[in-house]
Parts: sequence; C-alpha cells; structure tokens
Amino acid sequence: MIGKDGVEQADLLVREGVVADRAPSLGVPVGAHVVDATGCWVGPAFVDLHAHLREPGGEAAETIESGARAAAIGGYSLVVAMANTEPAIDSAALVEYVLSRGSRARVEVAVAGAITVGRRGESLAPMAEMAARGVRLFSDDGDGVQDPAVMRRAMLYAAGLGVRVAEHCEDARLVAGGSMNEGALSSRLGLVGRPAMGEELMVLRDIELARWTGAAIHFLHLSTARSLAMVVAARREGVNVTCEVAPHHFTLDESACADFDPLYKVNPPLRRAQDVAALRAALVRGEVDAVATDHAPHPPESKDLPFDEAPAGVLGLEHAAALTYEALGSEQCDPHRFFDVLSRGPARVARVRHEDFYPRHGGHGGALHVGEDANLVVFDPSSRWVVDRDDLHGRSRNTPYHGRAMRGRVRATIARGVLVVDEGELT
Amino acid sequence: MIDSLRGQNLLDLGDLSRDAIVEVLDAAESFVEVNRRTVKKVPALKGRVVASLFFEESTRTRLSFETAAKRLSADVLSLAVASSSVKKGESLRDTIATIDALGIDAVVLRHRSSGAARQVSRYVPHVRVINAGDGLHQHPTQGLLDAFTVRRTLSERRGVSGASTGADLFDGLHVLIVGDIMHSRVARSDVDAYTALGAQVHVCAPATLLPAEVATWPVTIDEDFDDALSRADVVGLLRLQHERGSGVFVPSTAEYTMTHGLTLDRARRLKPDALILHPGPMNRGVEVDSRVADLPASLVTRQVASGVPVRMAVLFLSIVGTAKGEDQ
Ligand SMILES: [Zn+2]
Repeated sequence: MIGKDGVEQADLLVREGVVADRAPSLGVPVGAHVVDATGCWVGPAFVDLHAHLREPGGEAAETIESGARAAAIGGYSLVVAMANTEPAIDSAALVEYVLSRGSRARVEVAVAGAITVGRRGESLAPMAEMAARGVRLFSDDGDGVQDPAVMRRAMLYAAGLGVRVAEHCEDARLVAGGSMNEGALSSRLGLVGRPAMGEELMVLRDIELARWTGAAIHFLHLSTARSLAMVVAARREGVNVTCEVAPHHFTLDESACADFDPLYKVNPPLRRAQDVAALRAALVRGEVDAVATDHAPHPPESKDLPFDEAPAGVLGLEHAAALTYEALGSEQCDPHRFFDVLSRGPARVARVRHEDFYPRHGGHGGALHVGEDANLVVFDPSSRWVVDRDDLHGRSRNTPYHGRAMRGRVRATIARGVLVVDEGELT
Repeated sequence: MIDSLRGQNLLDLGDLSRDAIVEVLDAAESFVEVNRRTVKKVPALKGRVVASLFFEESTRTRLSFETAAKRLSADVLSLAVASSSVKKGESLRDTIATIDALGIDAVVLRHRSSGAARQVSRYVPHVRVINAGDGLHQHPTQGLLDAFTVRRTLSERRGVSGASTGADLFDGLHVLIVGDIMHSRVARSDVDAYTALGAQVHVCAPATLLPAEVATWPVTIDEDFDDALSRADVVGLLRLQHERGSGVFVPSTAEYTMTHGLTLDRARRLKPDALILHPGPMNRGVEVDSRVADLPASLVTRQVASGVPVRMAVLFLSIVGTAKGEDQ
C-alpha cells in the first residue's frame, strides 16, 4: 500500500464503492472477490489530465467508451477529456453531453472546457456556465491562445471563478508549417521545424500573465529543458503554476523522426536528447506536477500520409505508467514519486480529490484512508512485457512503442468502486 | 552507408559513399557514348517496367528520367498525378499500392513532401525507389549530375577521360553554393555529393535563407560573398523563388540581387577557370545576370545534357541488381 504517509503491507477492503477497511490482515468477507496484490504496489488509481477522447466528431479514432477502456487498462480511474472535439466543448450543453457519455464508461470522465468559443482564440467561452457543471480546467489545447490580450482576459475571468486555465504553449506563427523539432536534424531532413522558442516564448508570456492576474495556470506537455526551468523558477517565486510532461517527451527524442515515420509526429515535437534528459531529471526531483498522456488517437490511414501532412499525436493511456516507472529509475523508482505524478499531482491540478468536493466526481488521488472513494490501482513493478500494437484496447493503433520492452504493468484497476481491470484484462 | 547503388534505392545522397557515387559517375560516362549514337538505345532494361510518379509537376525532370528509361529499353508508365485526383490528404500508401499492382520494377518519385520517397520505399520493399525530388529534402540525381558535369568539364580540360579520374579532381576543390539553401533540396544533395567526393563546400546566403543550425553541416559558412567568389573553383547558384524574395525571407528580389546576385560586376572577381552551375530554371536578373549566365564559364546547358546519362546510370545500377531471372 503506497499511502500518503508511508508504505506498508496490508489488506484493504472495498465495499459499496468506498475503502471500508484497511489493516495488516483482514479476513475475507463472504462473497468478496479477492485481488491478490502480493509483490505489487497498491495506490490511488491514476488521473490523466490530458486525453483526446475524440467524441463528439472523431469517433473513427476513439470514443469516450473506447478511450475509457484504454484508460482502465492503463490504471486510470479518471481522465480529463480535452475540448478539441468537433464541435469543441465550449458550452454547458456539450459539457453535459460528454459527462453523460462518461457516466456510462468504465472510468470516470471529467471535462476540460474550451477557453474561447470554438477554440478560435477570439471571444471567451461561457466559462461560468461550464464551471457550474463541474468544469475546473479550461483549455484550447491543440492550439495555444495566441492573442495575449485574450489570454489575459481569460485568466482574469478564470481567477474570478476559481478555475484553472491550461495552455498548449506554441506560438502559431513561430511554428507555422513545422512538423518536427527545429534543429540540425530538421535542417538535414528538409522538414520545416517547430522551434523550441515557439514553446518557450509562450511559457514566458503566460508566466508573466499569471503573475499579473493572479490566476492559476497549468502548462500542458512541456517539452524543453528551458520551459521547465522557467516554470520551476516561477513556482519558487510564488506564481500559481502547475505543469505536466507527456511520456513520449521523456522517452523519445527527435532522432525518432529521422526515417520520416509520421508515427513520431507530435505537437509540441519530440525534442533533443538533452531535453529528454532534463524532463526525466525534473520528474525524479519532483518538479513536475503530473505525467499526462496527451493520448491522441488517429485512424491508421492518417499515418500513411506524408510526414508534413500527417496529423500529430500518439496514443498514451495504456503505456504511461510503465514509461513513468522506467523514467523514475525502474528498481530505483520511488513509489511515492510514482503515485505523486500519476495520481495525486494530477488529481490536485484537476481538483478531483476527496477534499475538493468536486460536484460531479468522486475522490481521486487519495491517501488510501478508510472512507475514501475506492479509486485504486494495483501496479506490478516486476512485470516484464513487450508492447504489441494489436493488443491495444482503444480504437486506434498509433502507438510509437510497438515492440518496446517494458517494465511494470497494471494488474488491476478499481474505478468508482468497481473492479474494471483484473489480472491485466478488462472485466 | 551504401557502397554500391546496385540493387539499391536512391533516396538520399547522404546514404551514398564516395565509391558508390564514383560508380554512378563512371557508369554515366559510358552512357554518354550511347546518347551520341544514331540509335540511342541499349537493351539493358528490356522487359523491366519503370513507373514515373510525379506528385509535383516538373516536365524537365520527368522527361529526362523517362528518356533515360526508354534508352535502356525499359517500359515506362508515366503517371502525372499532380494533375489527377491525388491531392493533399490522400494516402501515399494507397496510391503506390495501385501502381504496384500493375507490376513495376522501379518507381521514379517526385513529391512536394520531404521524406515521401523514404516512406514509399517502406510500403513497396520489392520495388526500387528513385527519388526525383522530395520537398525540401533531396534531389539526388541533380546532385549526381552536378558532380558529373564538374568532373567531365575538369577532366576534359586535362585531356583525360572522366572515368579515369575517380574522385581525384574533387580533392581540395572549393565549391561555393549560394542562395536559398534553406528551401533547396538541390543544395542538400549537392552538399552530400561534393563532400563525399572530397571537395571543400562553402555556403553563402542571407542569414534568413540558411537552414537551422547550418553550423552542423559539413560546410564552411562564408559571410563575405565577394571574397568567397574570388576563392571559388565552382559556384553553384540556386533559384530564388519570387514568394521568398518578396519581404518574407528577404525584403525584395532586387535587394537579394544587390547582396547575393551574381552580377556582371561580381563575375569579374571569379577565378579565370571557375565554373558556374545552376539547376534551372534560372531567374535571370535575380540570382544571376543574364550575361553571366551565358558566359563560357556557365555549365547550365551541360548540366541539362548530363541529366539523361546520369539518370540512365542510376536506373541501370538500381534495377539490374534486383532479382529477376535472366539478369542474375
Ligand atoms: Zn496540446
């Protein structure tokens, strides 16, 4: 048991959706289903701040139901559905639509509302209406809010509502037409680059806007050493910043693009090896609030396009935990850090913890205390396995990890008190 | 690294060793002779099928490749997809699968996207892929024919056959490439060809037209164009597309001519035996003064003439190495 206060070997009883008992040794009540977690880590199930579930509008790639299947396999009890669907989630009605679809899915689904109407970066979306439906995170992800005046107003407004804005930091003009990191490799490959500066200038801008407005800002998928350093410095100065990193950014570098395989095309792009190293070091030091997947399903034909025309994005939900375990040093991985970045940190950012009294959701990222909602994961750090793209549980196959040897696997997931994954399979 | 093009794809000149490039240049020398005959045809690729698949129109390059294939007696399937239904967003895999179903030995591919030839080579591993220009990435046969033109000209001056010189004439040769290097697949292939052959490559351009982190390229970056010109043995000019000279990358084409155009005045700085190359089509009056383009030092027409024998050499080497009964 990886509780907030320490690690202990114990039995835990879930009854009627809550942690009913926890003790070094419990008897098995009549009719109870036993999950043997010997040698495994039991902790709060994971929370993903950043999943593109594609519904409505992109059902060929993923649906809320199929995305939730992948999430359950990945050990998640809650995912935040990003707003860049078709249409964008920019109204209370669309929030209700996603929440109602999510209520029937295997894991809990929270919603990130759009910051601006249609994610066009011009006029503010009805944030108060959406917040009244339980939205706590707002983002135009897919794009950053380009106009600093719009972003400043969005942050002022969000601060007044007590909600957080989440930014995809890339200056659209600096990265225009680009399809990989700008540098020696893009230069040789003749691919238009997306410079690191395109991300860093917007991080810098938004830190200053947050400092001035007092708003809470969350930085999505930071990919460069410098972006992280700026956020860490701002946090130290008392600016209300949080940040996430995505598994592909801390496991793969730009050299993966050398053969023009669109499977490795993401925004922001895979960066230099030294950026990957900086992200991993920041994870180990606890400077990152969350690992977030940026799970971005695409149908197979879209990855048969030329590199510059192919859509950006890779799958993330099923492999994030194992990749995080690896990045935190495998056998050296500190289990507290592991659950901090995969569960407690993101739950705090999304405000879906027990103590947040989230109006629409149960408590996630908990401490395994009796009385908490049962959102739990059993992670087996000793499991060794190989990724097979034909053995995925969502609708799409665009994983960049096919054939990769992994350490650590989710054995069981309990979401909303229900055992949704047992023995590594959907129940 | 590819040491011989036999049976191999030609996707990126950076993949080819010095030996592989010399092998192509030598084979091209032997095909020059074929092109001088009354019957300009050899049966080398009889019964083989070469598809030319141009997603981006280039009549010159397409005709050069198709002529080369026909002179080797190959059957040519010409598919000008640039004007057909294949538009942005269509799967590269589907298009190539349709053509592959017709039964082809090689495909000559031109595409507006960098890397398209490499991607196609993964979809049809049994077909030889010849890159006829992919986006800003590579134009390997242009790099080869530029090197071929330079070697032939220098060997003629010495009164020896090009094939007898191997790569010797490139040793220490100063090649200056001028202009829009950032957006030029020709520049990338030229740099690969000349450096593999042992030349010293220099580049010169307004900083906005130099590729990102050009310092990592195996070239010297010359800031003073006039000075660089006076030390160059070979000057390779690049085309400046009008849209790039209209205030986006440089303020105007006129200003480009002022700073980096090969004007008549500047041409006086050239060494007496310097050579001038341009992949065409030239913007006379922009990157090169019309009178300079017509100087004896200008090899532009020889470059065009080199196209067919060099492409014959590439097709021949690439296809004959592949398994098909009677040739083995
Ligand atoms: Zn994003």
